[in-house]
Amino acid sequence: MKWAAFGLWLAVAPVTALAYTAYVTNERDNTISVVDLDQMKTVKTLPVGQRPRGITMTKDGSQILVCASDDDTIQIIDAATLRIVGDLPSGPDPETFALHVSGNPLYVSNEDDNMITVIDIPTRKVLAQVPTGVEPEGMAVSPDGQTIVNTSETTNMAHFLDYRTRKLAAAVLVDARPRVAVFKHDGSEVWVSSELGGTVSVIDPVKHVVTHKIAFQVQGLRAEAIQPVGIRFTADDSTAFVALGPANRIAVIDTDTYKVKKLLLVGQRVWQMAFTPDQKYLLTTNGLSNDISVIDVANLDVVKSIQVGRLPWGVVVSPK
Amino acid sequence: MSVPQAIGRDGFGPLQYLICLRGIAWREALRFVHQRERFISALVRPLVWLFIFAAGFRQILGVSIIPPYQTYVLYEVYVTPGLIAMIQLFNGMQSSLSMVYDREMGNMRMLLVSPFPRWYLLTSKLLASTVVSILQVYAYLFIAWLWGIEPPLWGYVSVLPALALSGMMLGSLGMLLSSAIRQLENFAGVMNFVIFPMFFASSALYPLWLVQQSSPVVYTICWLNPFTYAVELIRFALYIEIDRLSLAVVVVMTTVFTTGAIIAYDPARGLIARRGGGGG
Repeated sequence: MKWAAFGLWLAVAPVTALAYTAYVTNERDNTISVVDLDQMKTVKTLPVGQRPRGITMTKDGSQILVCASDDDTIQIIDAATLRIVGDLPSGPDPETFALHVSGNPLYVSNEDDNMITVIDIPTRKVLAQVPTGVEPEGMAVSPDGQTIVNTSETTNMAHFLDYRTRKLAAAVLVDARPRVAVFKHDGSEVWVSSELGGTVSVIDPVKHVVTHKIAFQVQGLRAEAIQPVGIRFTADDSTAFVALGPANRIAVIDTDTYKVKKLLLVGQRVWQMAFTPDQKYLLTTNGLSNDISVIDVANLDVVKSIQVGRLPWGVVVSPK
Repeated sequence: MSVPQAIGRDGFGPLQYLICLRGIAWREALRFVHQRERFISALVRPLVWLFIFAAGFRQILGVSIIPPYQTYVLYEVYVTPGLIAMIQLFNGMQSSLSMVYDREMGNMRMLLVSPFPRWYLLTSKLLASTVVSILQVYAYLFIAWLWGIEPPLWGYVSVLPALALSGMMLGSLGMLLSSAIRQLENFAGVMNFVIFPMFFASSALYPLWLVQQSSPVVYTICWLNPFTYAVELIRFALYIEIDRLSLAVVVVMTTVFTTGAIIAYDPARGLIARRGGGGG
């Protein structure tokens, strides 16, 4: 019994100082799971619009934005009251989005419409709609705020959009079904994951060329089971984490050598990821096992998996 | 033979008892150290399972999270407590083998004419063999750690009492069996009829829920198998938790097996008497 109490203390002690909350979109349940990272469990489930996928928070942390894909809208949720307080006119089938570094506007990919919708958050108005490749998906804003990158699943390209002119400046061909684009924090590279190609392309955002291609191998798994999706960089850009979908693994990559240094076992069909603000933990959404896994970033091990709703897709963490 | 026992009950101080324990433990330790092949084979056996068998079965887990694990684990991690219990099971049988050997060679007579009570001699022997098995387990855990199987650091400490208990249980089982085996050659029979069924029909290789899905009968056998509880006790202890049911079963079974062995080796009542003495 003493051991059990001690074990409990060991499990809880390192996180008591955290007090962060994570919000997870459950694509099949049409809900958001609110996860207390102090207790490491789901404390609340909110009903939202149909097929919630992309999720982020406004820069001040006061509001949560959720793509309700099948309702063709983006819902605004007050982070304090957890009530839906409004909508953004996203255009049809918004899958995911990226917030400009300044906190406004919001760039939304309309999967069915081959468009990028630019939305002004305070006025809740559409500023522009920019045609892009077929089935737009991943969206990223460069750290200097001058470039927006969008990936198109069917065209297999990363499209570079100029912030000021809102015109496409370049397109870079990558491997099949590019899902996610993420800039390094220093802006020197943008990484694009190709779900079917099974690779991550490292793109020079100035020259618009692929400089490296990262492939993955998991012992005992067929190559088709390795489908890179979510990408995250540590704050110092030294390490990248890539979610490998049905391979149920997170690849930990040294960004200097582009080599996979470790594979972490998480739940089934791991999709998106989010750091806690202190970068102590990285959360992963595991679509088919209906949970999120918590990775200890310093030790590079998975410490816990927490049950959420069905088909978790995206995750965002806010300070309480 | 009843005379030395009477003396034992009468007049020894704790110091004499300690000297006796030291003698038995020392003999066991010497035997262990001198038989380097035994130590290596005790390590190689679980490592073969870990490196070859577990590598092939990597994908069977990761489907469900079962306590005490907090998240998905690789099969190597799951199977480790089972392999630890396997080390102790083999060690228990090995020490039972050595008892049969001693009896055949006549060394046991030396032990049995000792003026100390029989139960004390047997328990000392049991303790000594448990210590040996624990040394083997830590050597295995070290290699497993190099292989990437990293339980929490305190788990290495909290597993110790569990190892002592499970080692006692499996050692006393071996001792009980050794009283029934008349010749060294019969040890192969013990392997077939004790070690393998105990190991395979347990939670060592597969979680019980998985067994239950494929065969309720096998599940019931696993559920009745004391080895399952030794494995689970070690598994939880390695993650700084106590599985009370396993603890209870292991304590009760240790008591039953030890009592059984003491009765069996009792010259007045035991099987040995019926068989014509412990002299070989």
